[in-house]
Amino acid sequence: MLMREWLQNENEPGSDGAPAAGYPFGFMDEGAKKEIRRSILKAVAIPGYQVPYGSREMPIARGWGTGGLQITLSLVKPDDIFKVIDQGCDGSVNAVNIKKFVAAVADVAITTDTRAATLIQTRHRIPEEPMTDRQILVLQVPYPEALREVEPSEMETRRMHAEADYSRMWLFLYEDIVKYGEITISYRYPVTVNGRYITDPSPIPRWDVPKLHMADTLFLFGAGREKRIYAIPPHTSVEPLEFEDHKFRTENFSGKACARCGATDTYLDEVIDNAGGGRSYFCSDSGYCDKRSLAWNH
Amino acid sequence: MEPLIRIRNLSKRFGQGCSRCRDATGQEQDTNLCPHCGSVMACNDVSFDLFRNEALGVVGESGSGKSTLVRLLHFEWEASEGAVEMHRSAGLENLPEIFATGSDYSFNLLGLSHFQKRQLRNALMGIVYQNPHLGLRMQISSGGNIAERLLGAGWRHIGKMRRRSAELLERTEIPVERMDEPPCNFSGGMQQRVQIAKALSNNPLILFLDEVTTGLDLSVQARVLDLIRNLRSEFNLSMLVVSHDLGVINLLCQRTMVMKSGHVVESGLTDQILQDPQHRYTQLLVASQL
Repeated sequence: MLMREWLQNENEPGSDGAPAAGYPFGFMDEGAKKEIRRSILKAVAIPGYQVPYGSREMPIARGWGTGGLQITLSLVKPDDIFKVIDQGCDGSVNAVNIKKFVAAVADVAITTDTRAATLIQTRHRIPEEPMTDRQILVLQVPYPEALREVEPSEMETRRMHAEADYSRMWLFLYEDIVKYGEITISYRYPVTVNGRYITDPSPIPRWDVPKLHMADTLFLFGAGREKRIYAIPPHTSVEPLEFEDHKFRTENFSGKACARCGATDTYLDEVIDNAGGGRSYFCSDSGYCDKRSLAWNH
Repeated sequence: MEPLIRIRNLSKRFGQGCSRCRDATGQEQDTNLCPHCGSVMACNDVSFDLFRNEALGVVGESGSGKSTLVRLLHFEWEASEGAVEMHRSAGLENLPEIFATGSDYSFNLLGLSHFQKRQLRNALMGIVYQNPHLGLRMQISSGGNIAERLLGAGWRHIGKMRRRSAELLERTEIPVERMDEPPCNFSGGMQQRVQIAKALSNNPLILFLDEVTTGLDLSVQARVLDLIRNLRSEFNLSMLVVSHDLGVINLLCQRTMVMKSGHVVESGLTDQILQDPQHRYTQLLVASQL
């Protein structure tokens, strides 16, 4: 069964199709939505800058995507087509719950098709299919501060951002190269946005980092627990930190293909067969894999 | 010849301050603590010039304001009053806005933004502290410590940075094989030499030395001083040498200022100050030298 069919069976909308009783459209009150929209506008105006905002209580726990959810709920319109992915997958518990919740409070249509969606909330992946200027990608962020690895104090990291004093972040990468011969950061790879702020792209794999550069799509980042919103607007330069003699590189899947759809140009998850010990690879982006499998079978 | 940097009426007050601070502290009163408001005048109305390729000594008892002076000039602390002006010949291509057209000297550097001060410091200044823990990251490799300054100055090539670090460590007599070891593995004298290498990495014009040899044993002291003297002529450095040790000052500096309770009480050629001290306090200082 395809994920899409399964979700459609699982996800019968409410009987009358109206938003959940007793709650305003989009769950949050208008004041909260207004504040979050204003924070988003500021974030778009200063690409890569972390805008503090008053994170609201959500019916899921902080750290489970409340930052992304609040951005989603403040932007969602009744005619939106909504998609949620968790680590690339449309069907994980988290993704399904968030999808059901937003469908219940905002009465939007749900899809697994990246092309069809107008609003996508995601945890730790950017969809494989290129996105357009008609779409918005909302990323859930656990740790919005890219400099936290090198500096525990928030006061100090804010000063470092203000003065563009990033030598310690670079030093961290230098030490990594001296110790291990290459930069060992696998996800949350720090990037320079618009030539100014060093920014955490959320825990996306390195594979996804180049997709942020000069994209057509608006990327919004929400950290509910840490109470920060930031943005990468369309057509903004996003450069991963790299040295002239140690360039940034993405994960290498050469010689491997998705065992389900045969794709060789996607980010692959390695799955180990517990019984036999064999390794196989599957697309991490389940919506894209479904689409390819369909074309494959028909 | 025009001075490289002009310092005028530099003051640093810790505490609220009151209208009587200035008159109630100083050499006559023999204190820098204002009895009326409890503020400390760590530096009071200090003015001097620093020339190119010159080593200027600052001596005085502990608490006389020597280290405060260095930290004000290195922009670590904010001065309460005063002006610091840099000569145009310092060559600050990336900060053209700090010079008024037609003037040989910059605006008051103390009024610059933190960002500009940082750029200025990265481009022009180096500092060696008495305590290597202040100047070095003890858990990060020595090469990395040197690279930090280079990274701050915009270097983005690992190979080139490592070559530069190796070069400097060699100059400061640290075995290059140990460049990837953290300074916490090193002896005090070696740590001090790593600090010097770090301070020199960006080819500074001005080097601040804050009690560099205090706490080192005599043979190591001699080697560190020898190194500093050679580096000064080699790199064409202007140095501000803070010490309470007149021997160090005598060896390194042509000119000397004597500080007491935040004030400069006497200044002149080092020989003159050591042979023929004029001020009561300087006489005491010279006489008490072993």
